Amino acid sequence: MQYLVSVIDDKTHPGSTDRQPAISAFNERLIAEGYWVFAGGLADTDAATVVDNRGEQAVFSDGPFVESKEYLAGVWVWEAPDLDVALELATEASKVCDRKIEVRPFR
Amino acid sequence: MSDVEEAVTRAHHGEWARVVAALTRRFGDLDIAEEAAAEAFATAVERWPADGVPPNPGAWLTTTATRKAIDRIRRENKRDDKQKEARMLDDALPEPLGAIDDDRLRLIFTCCHPALAMETRVALTLRMVGGLTMPEIARAFLVAESTMGQRITRAKAKIKAARIPYRVPSAADLPARVSGVLAVLFLVFNEGYLATGPGTDPVRHDLTAEAIRLTRLIRALLPDDGEVTGLLALMLLVEARRSARVSAGGELVALDEQDRGAWDAELIAEGHRLVRERLAAAAAGVAPGRYQILAAINAVHTSARDIRDTDWAQIRALYDQLVRVDPSPMSALNRAIAVAELDGPEVALAAVDRLEDKLAGYHAYHATRADLLRRLGRSGQARAAYDKAIDLAGNTAETASLTRRRDRLR
Repeated sequence: MQYLVSVIDDKTHPGSTDRQPAISAFNERLIAEGYWVFAGGLADTDAATVVDNRGEQAVFSDGPFVESKEYLAGVWVWEAPDLDVALELATEASKVCDRKIEVRPFR
Repeated sequence: MSDVEEAVTRAHHGEWARVVAALTRRFGDLDIAEEAAAEAFATAVERWPADGVPPNPGAWLTTTATRKAIDRIRRENKRDDKQKEARMLDDALPEPLGAIDDDRLRLIFTCCHPALAMETRVALTLRMVGGLTMPEIARAFLVAESTMGQRITRAKAKIKAARIPYRVPSAADLPARVSGVLAVLFLVFNEGYLATGPGTDPVRHDLTAEAIRLTRLIRALLPDDGEVTGLLALMLLVEARRSARVSAGGELVALDEQDRGAWDAELIAEGHRLVRERLAAAAAGVAPGRYQILAAINAVHTSARDIRDTDWAQIRALYDQLVRVDPSPMSALNRAIAVAELDGPEVALAAVDRLEDKLAGYHAYHATRADLLRRLGRSGQARAAYDKAIDLAGNTAETASLTRRRDRLR
């Protein structure tokens, strides 16, 4: 079962910025234990563009699809046997990243 | 009630969770398990009056439910994954008894999974483990039946989609997960004991009885967990006072005014036995948790034949212990009530006033203050505190009692 694991950052109360070494070590462990499928950090939401081509012509808008205090800062895709395993890893990930983490299964 | 009806009711209480649990393990799907179990009980209602009650109702129900589930899977999966179907259907029919208790435990842990919202856990536990119908649960929590139906449907969908495992947590996770289960059961009990809402009975015996029944089940499954035993003892000792707690006029009767002869001696004896069991464990060095301490406090209350015989020093000592384990403002508030008996209302009032920041929105805070102020002869302030308590109280019997005490003020 694959889970999308989102790292949620908070514009008003951002977490600490020195997490990279700890995250790298955590990633090594995810790989070694067979949970790691994919991971990536995202550029700031200012760099986002939303494309809407449902009408007659495509409309491009500058910025994310929803403006909010909290935003997606990065994602993992994990392979885990069940939600308990994913939640246990996410609990650790939240500590490691110093951020909130959302766990959501793929269909 | 006829003998057959009684047998069906008894089987429903005793076997529902077992049937749902066994089918969930077999078919890996709460929906299939629940519907097949409901169909099996409906079949029992039709057939038992004519055919007689089977010698082993549990086995009869499980077999019948399994057949219903297989029929349903065959109907729905005509073109579906044949292999999966074959695997489900090839299993031998009756399961060995040993594995079944484990199944019920798995079912409870699944329904009380921390990834589900608390209100959802309560609803799902009452439905899947308690066997309450959707209208019954909706009525219990004063929400529309459709809302409750959606809540349960969404929970089952999440369990399936997110793959919440159907298993007993590992030894390392067990204590934390059991405490979540106990919190669900205590919530059910409390809603029954001090029911909220203008149109409900002040005491919902259906809910308190259900909470006790499910806690008994957990205790049978986890006999060595002290907090499970503690919670059961607590519920029994509180339930024992139920009939003395509401007057003929529908008013809540405080502990000091209750007719102690109306208390249920059998429940008290059982509760005391369980508390003694935990005291022995505590003497052997096992630190008691919140429910065990609350049970012990209730054991002291129920040991006194007369309110004047109450051992308040022991009650205060137990509250001191409780505040260390559970430093919530509610524990501190209840401790202050014992302090009032020992050191007088003035000392207690000072302790209560310190809790204002945390408890100002809670009726029990104002009710406690009002009583202390009344005892100190500060009628004006007492009246204002009673008014606040009456505004915030959700239980009709409690509102009536507070109103009477307010109106008696000079």
